[in-house]
Amino acid sequence: MTSVSRNAALRRVSALVRKEAYQLVRDPSSIAIGVVMPVLLILLFGYALSLDVKAVPVAVVLEDTSPAASELAAGFRLSPYFDAEILTSMPRAEELMLDRRVDGIIRLRSEFSRRLASGDAAVQILVHGSDANRARIIEAYAEGAIGQWADQRSAEGYAAPEGAVTLQSRMWFNEADDSHYFLVPGLIVLIMTLIGAFLTTLVMAREWERGTFEAMFVTPVRSGEILLSKMIPYFVLGIGGLVLCILAAKFLFQVPLRGSVLVLAGVSTLYLLVSLAIGLLVSSATKSQFVSSMVTLVVTFLPAMMLSGFLFDLRSMPDLVRWISYALPARYYVALLQTIFLTGDIWPVIWPNAGMLAGMAAILLAATRAVTRKRLA
Amino acid sequence: MSEAGEAAPAVLARALRKSFRRETGETVAALDGVSLAVRPGTLAALVGPDGAGKTTLIRLIAGLMLADTGTLAVLGIDVAADPQAAQDRIGYMPQKFGLYEDLSVQENLDLYADLHGIDTAERAQRYPDLFAMTALGAFKTRLAGRLSGGMKQKLGLACTLIGSPALLLLDEPTVGVDPLSRRELWEIIRHLVDQQHLTVLLSTSYLDEAEHCHDAFVLREGKVLAQGRPAAVSALADGRVFRVMPPPGQAARDLQARLLDDPRVVDAVPEGGRVRLVRAARDDSGRDEQPVSARFEDGFMTLLKERQPAASFAAAAMKLDRPIARDDTMPVIRVHDLVRKFGDFSAVDHVSFEVRPGEIFGLLGPNGAGKTTTFRMLCGLLPATSGTLDVAGFDLRRARASARQRIGYVAQKFALYGQLTVKQNLEFFASAYGLERAAKRQRVAWAIEQFELRPLMHLASGQLPGGFKQRLAMAAALLHEPEILFLDEPTSGADPLARREFWRRITALASQGVTVVVTTHFMEEAEYCDRIAILDGGRILAQGTPAEVRGLAPPSVEREADMEDAFIAVVAQARDRAHAVAGAP
Repeated sequence: MTSVSRNAALRRVSALVRKEAYQLVRDPSSIAIGVVMPVLLILLFGYALSLDVKAVPVAVVLEDTSPAASELAAGFRLSPYFDAEILTSMPRAEELMLDRRVDGIIRLRSEFSRRLASGDAAVQILVHGSDANRARIIEAYAEGAIGQWADQRSAEGYAAPEGAVTLQSRMWFNEADDSHYFLVPGLIVLIMTLIGAFLTTLVMAREWERGTFEAMFVTPVRSGEILLSKMIPYFVLGIGGLVLCILAAKFLFQVPLRGSVLVLAGVSTLYLLVSLAIGLLVSSATKSQFVSSMVTLVVTFLPAMMLSGFLFDLRSMPDLVRWISYALPARYYVALLQTIFLTGDIWPVIWPNAGMLAGMAAILLAATRAVTRKRLA
Repeated sequence: MSEAGEAAPAVLARALRKSFRRETGETVAALDGVSLAVRPGTLAALVGPDGAGKTTLIRLIAGLMLADTGTLAVLGIDVAADPQAAQDRIGYMPQKFGLYEDLSVQENLDLYADLHGIDTAERAQRYPDLFAMTALGAFKTRLAGRLSGGMKQKLGLACTLIGSPALLLLDEPTVGVDPLSRRELWEIIRHLVDQQHLTVLLSTSYLDEAEHCHDAFVLREGKVLAQGRPAAVSALADGRVFRVMPPPGQAARDLQARLLDDPRVVDAVPEGGRVRLVRAARDDSGRDEQPVSARFEDGFMTLLKERQPAASFAAAAMKLDRPIARDDTMPVIRVHDLVRKFGDFSAVDHVSFEVRPGEIFGLLGPNGAGKTTTFRMLCGLLPATSGTLDVAGFDLRRARASARQRIGYVAQKFALYGQLTVKQNLEFFASAYGLERAAKRQRVAWAIEQFELRPLMHLASGQLPGGFKQRLAMAAALLHEPEILFLDEPTSGADPLARREFWRRITALASQGVTVVVTTHFMEEAEYCDRIAILDGGRILAQGTPAEVRGLAPPSVEREADMEDAFIAVVAQARDRAHAVAGAP
């Protein structure tokens, strides 16, 4: 490429980037997706989403009237974490649970005190599992309350053999769920996906729909230059979103950043490139704002929310879904974010995940480049 | 012209074919063996109705699509092999203008200047010329989305001209634009060709525009029907074109309808209160017929008739099951001081008119004049901001549903269900109008019969050719025997044959008592109407019979003034008045 033609290419790209910036600032829907939504998400994650569960309505079913059982029931009634109703019949408790007037049942069977003496007493905990996270928390609270009671008993001299009380806990509708909740990684992955894939696909498809590409194609501009000019503004906007998230993490959520900002910026760049490529690829294939935004929502935003491991634990998912999650860039990005924020620059974790993202970025960008032609059909 | 003819052609197409697959699965040949040559330094037109293949051909030339077979050289470049080399030297304005609506006039121009690599010194030289030519100098900071249709089109043209192209491609630059802007645009284009020796290829569905060009290529269903100098096409009808005055008491359109049914007549249209007709043979003329010189459209119709000798409009003279009962003493539509605002913008600005029973009333105006908004209010689809609306004796503010039973509405876009068959659509609409059992069967049978839909009855509506879609839409609107029929831009982009047939149906309906309100941007179609109103910028600038409105045009010695002259005079006057008011102390 001669320097003259390089200058011409540079001038075309900068003119297109400038045009994109004007449109971004003047179009209310772009502002809404690129600026208002990220800020809303941060506020939502910061204030509206609370993981603290208090005053859980539970039914304590006393089929045994021994003092030990009453003592345990009193522990539930006095705890600030529970709003306990003491019942004597299981059918009534089940009724309350089905009506969702209680979220859990703690059942002390009639043989409780007899078996307590022989060292194999059991307490049954039933939890409404329709909300897995809440169920898990309630279960842990109940275990805690019973453990506390057991500790107290042993302190009072009822030296029971190890394992005198075992818990039989069972979660209704959703067995054995366990996850770790990290807000900040989730927030970042959502905002990057929103700007990188969703906004980009919309603005690109808009050009196809309004016929503005048609006129632009018949000029000296090259298709690579058009792609570049679509990526640069939204890349910058995405990095802006990242900075906003880091600030929110530090000042709003008080989440430590144990790794380095540089590594964080590096892996975010990779993920942004992947998102941008998906957005551009989808809009080039569909050429319609409606279809491309729906497709992008389904292939990037929803999986980033549900299958990346920040909201729901991937280990508890069926094998098939877990295998699918390996195809999702968000999964690697969440793993990286969790490590960088909560542990530090752990290179054995960073290299393979960053490598996957880099590979995906390369493949998707090449595909985008191949698909985007100055052709209408 | 002779030197130009010997130079290498700017566009040389040989046996171009291009097919598309429809959503419904079948393949449609948009171009079916097109060969043509555009001479450098000339103005050439692709003429034809919607679906003739004009846009596809222009896109192939612009390197935006690849032909299935055939060769195409643009400025000596094989455009399929190296589209970029051609695109570096072409200026192209697509149908939608391709402007960025949220960028200002100046920003749009700057963008295209950068894309074409025009440096600051060159810009300083070229911008003043472009602004002078397009008269956009006063609107540099206005967003393109806020410009009128005519101004957008000029800005689009300026953007394509900034790179000093060797070949200019314009796809339907004048469609839907007001006649004044059309006339201005043609002056600009002619200047470019005559003074700057630019080669221009444009497409148009207005046949009269072919006459402004050096060469015309008439496209129909993907084939070149005729090519060469427009005068050669006009000459096909030489000596066979006449004008005849209808006998006293008869409307020109009734005589025209009768003549159109005559097998010895190739074409007939109402014109200036008389009927212009093209006879099949020279010596056939009646005694009151005054010979006139042939124009492009006359030659074009002669050509079409030769290809399709069987084409007849007699079947379009449809019959209603029962005549419309009406009270002739009262206007059937009364609109008084009607206003519709969208935010600050008045789409319809204090409009008043009346329509009498059995009349054909035409609303004429460019895109954005307020025609469709007025229609939607008349059909009770959109509430008025203020004013009174009285349709078929019902106040539309209160009795919308009752009024709707008495009116039929054909929207501008095809608004039937594309996946349903012709018959299913008719049955659905009959049910929607509350027709049941015998009544429904009878009305659907009537519609299929009168609109000649029987052979296509079981075809999915989406697969119908354009003219049949139009027929089906009209049939559906007439199922409940409405006394008023509203037609929004029914002939836009239609084939001249389809337009004749359409008007034949309308005049037949009107003669049997149906009141017809129709919008159009074909000025000459006003001649079919009993009375017309000219709309521009949401206001009625003139109304009356076609003869009265024609009378508003300045007298000219060269030729009789037509509706377009009148429109331009009226619009120019109104704009001058607006300036005078604005400028008054």
